[in-house]
Amino acid sequence: MADLKLENIAKSYGEVSVLKDINLDIKAGELIVFVGPSGCGKSTLLRMIAGLEKISGGTLEIDGVRMNEVPPANRGIAMVFQSYALYPHMTVRDNMAFALKIAKMSKEEIDAAVEKAAKMLQLEPYLDRLPKALSGGQRQRVAIGRAIVRDPKVYLFDEPLSNLDAALRVATRIEIAQLKEAMPDRTMIYVTHDQVEAMTLASRIVVLANKGIAQVGTPLDLYERPENEFVAQFIGSPSMNLLPGEVVETGEVTTVKLARGGVARSTVPTRPEDMGLKVNIGVRPEDFVPAEGEAIYTGHVDIVEALGEVTLLYFQPEGDAAPVIAKLPGIHHDRRHSQLSLSADPAKVHLFADGRSLLYR
Amino acid sequence: MSPILQGIITIALGVGGCIAYFYASNLVLDKVIFPPRGADPGRNINRANMVRPWLFLFPAIAALGLYLAYPVVGSFWRSLFNRNGTEFIGLGNYQKLAADDTFRQAVFNNFLWVLVVPALATFFGLMAAQLTDRIKWGNIAKSLIFMPMAISFVGASLIWKFVYANNPQIGLINAIRDAFHLQPLDPLQIPFWNNFFLMVILIWIQTGFAMVILSAALRGIPEETVEAAVLDGANPFQLFFKIKVPQIMPTIVVVWTTITILVLKVFDIVYATTGGNFGTQILPSYMMSYMFRDDGRATAVAFVIMIIVLPVMIWNIIQARKEMR
Repeated sequence: MADLKLENIAKSYGEVSVLKDINLDIKAGELIVFVGPSGCGKSTLLRMIAGLEKISGGTLEIDGVRMNEVPPANRGIAMVFQSYALYPHMTVRDNMAFALKIAKMSKEEIDAAVEKAAKMLQLEPYLDRLPKALSGGQRQRVAIGRAIVRDPKVYLFDEPLSNLDAALRVATRIEIAQLKEAMPDRTMIYVTHDQVEAMTLASRIVVLANKGIAQVGTPLDLYERPENEFVAQFIGSPSMNLLPGEVVETGEVTTVKLARGGVARSTVPTRPEDMGLKVNIGVRPEDFVPAEGEAIYTGHVDIVEALGEVTLLYFQPEGDAAPVIAKLPGIHHDRRHSQLSLSADPAKVHLFADGRSLLYR
Repeated sequence: MSPILQGIITIALGVGGCIAYFYASNLVLDKVIFPPRGADPGRNINRANMVRPWLFLFPAIAALGLYLAYPVVGSFWRSLFNRNGTEFIGLGNYQKLAADDTFRQAVFNNFLWVLVVPALATFFGLMAAQLTDRIKWGNIAKSLIFMPMAISFVGASLIWKFVYANNPQIGLINAIRDAFHLQPLDPLQIPFWNNFFLMVILIWIQTGFAMVILSAALRGIPEETVEAAVLDGANPFQLFFKIKVPQIMPTIVVVWTTITILVLKVFDIVYATTGGNFGTQILPSYMMSYMFRDDGRATAVAFVIMIIVLPVMIWNIIQARKEMR
């Protein structure tokens, strides 16, 4: 129901610039997830959309209307906070009804809206309790309910699950996904640092880093076709291995001779003038397979972490380079302290020059 | 002997005495009263452990009993005797109080004080706390409002006596009246209303106290609840009265009751301004007026004050505990 348009949005605190040149088009009904490392400004961006932080530069439009100076209550948004932010002195019912009472709606309308939201979130038995008598998951549901009653055009979620324990987090995540399903025309913006939440919930993910947007795309876009090394390493766990090398053969299939020995082939096409180009190849740990013959990396397995369904193998290259990690299906305790060669499907080998993917140029 | 040496010896005796007490009493308990020997050593050890906490508590209980419990009982006992303490007269002092018009006047005035002073001091303190919160010179304003706290009640009374002075050259009130060509008057001699002029002094002093405590409480409110209310469309008044004030209600109650208890004890202001004349007598100053003249009657008043303060005190402690949790 509501499109959002962020144009050259910037945020600075005095001299210190936190965000700049944020350009983003959000279509009605999308669930956009902002992810990024701590301090990248993802919550700040959300709070600027909410109107809790001043926008230092650029314009924010909701449904084509400039919102920079519009007070938060009139932007047609509702926000769910990490700490729930329930009013501790009000019952669940009053918490949910507060905004409607402020808006001077009739008692019947308020009751109807509250009952409907409570039913949707299975909060009916708790309507007359105070927040302190609720569990963490129930509190978060009340916070979501408080947003639902207002029937906003845009829902903003600021790390709503990070105060919940692991099991509850999964359950609530699924509830949020169902909520989105039930309201397909509502736009949602969701901030998290948890990439599982990002991958499972998002229709599109916005990766924020270095005061700007590193990449915008569907979850699988980011996973399969990262635009730069930052996104490549940020999405996926453990993060993608980057190995330095030099292009020795160009064309539809590119061959890279790696600095630590080994040869990698990639289906990322290169041009003849790329010959000799210094690149980093990127291989996800789960894309490595034990090799016979030509290998991308050969080394000594230092540490084995058997997680049951998969086993993580850590190779410590000489010098202080980051360890190379391979994720093999099954349990492989016997690999410890053995020599192992790894290769990968050329379609799964990424190429980066100066930090940017050669796929996009 | 030099004072320093005296101090050192006192400290040594005190600390040494404590250590000696705990060591010796535990030794007696373990070796003499319940030795882990004989027919049932296990039972003896258990009994010794049940007694042990009381060994540690004893000095504190004894001190509290001596300085807090004994005076209460002692005062009550004294209030049952005549002015010299020579003759037991039962509840005679209380009967005399009940028949005394000044006493009834003092009870009524005290009732007014309890009603007005805590309410206004808390209200002004709350306003000052909120209004000084976000402004640049807020801290300076707070220091100024807090400053009367540092003045003794007698000092404050003298300052306000100047304000109320029956002379346009000295008194602020009469200077203002003079500017409008009104005759000077003595505000402290206006019946009934002079009580309120005296209350102003205590409100002036206690607003700073209320402000400091309430300001800390306001800052303790989770910022998110305020932001959530902003998003819900609350205006600044609704934000303050519907979100902030309810959340600091326990603190407001504690401040309120603390000032109430104080009001029931302050005699200095009345004593130093009107001396209880012109119908301004309150219980503490009434008590002071009988002290040393008729100790029986004075202790009876003290006991009445204690009975009045007690429920407020209990309420106060319950609230303070609730807040600590």
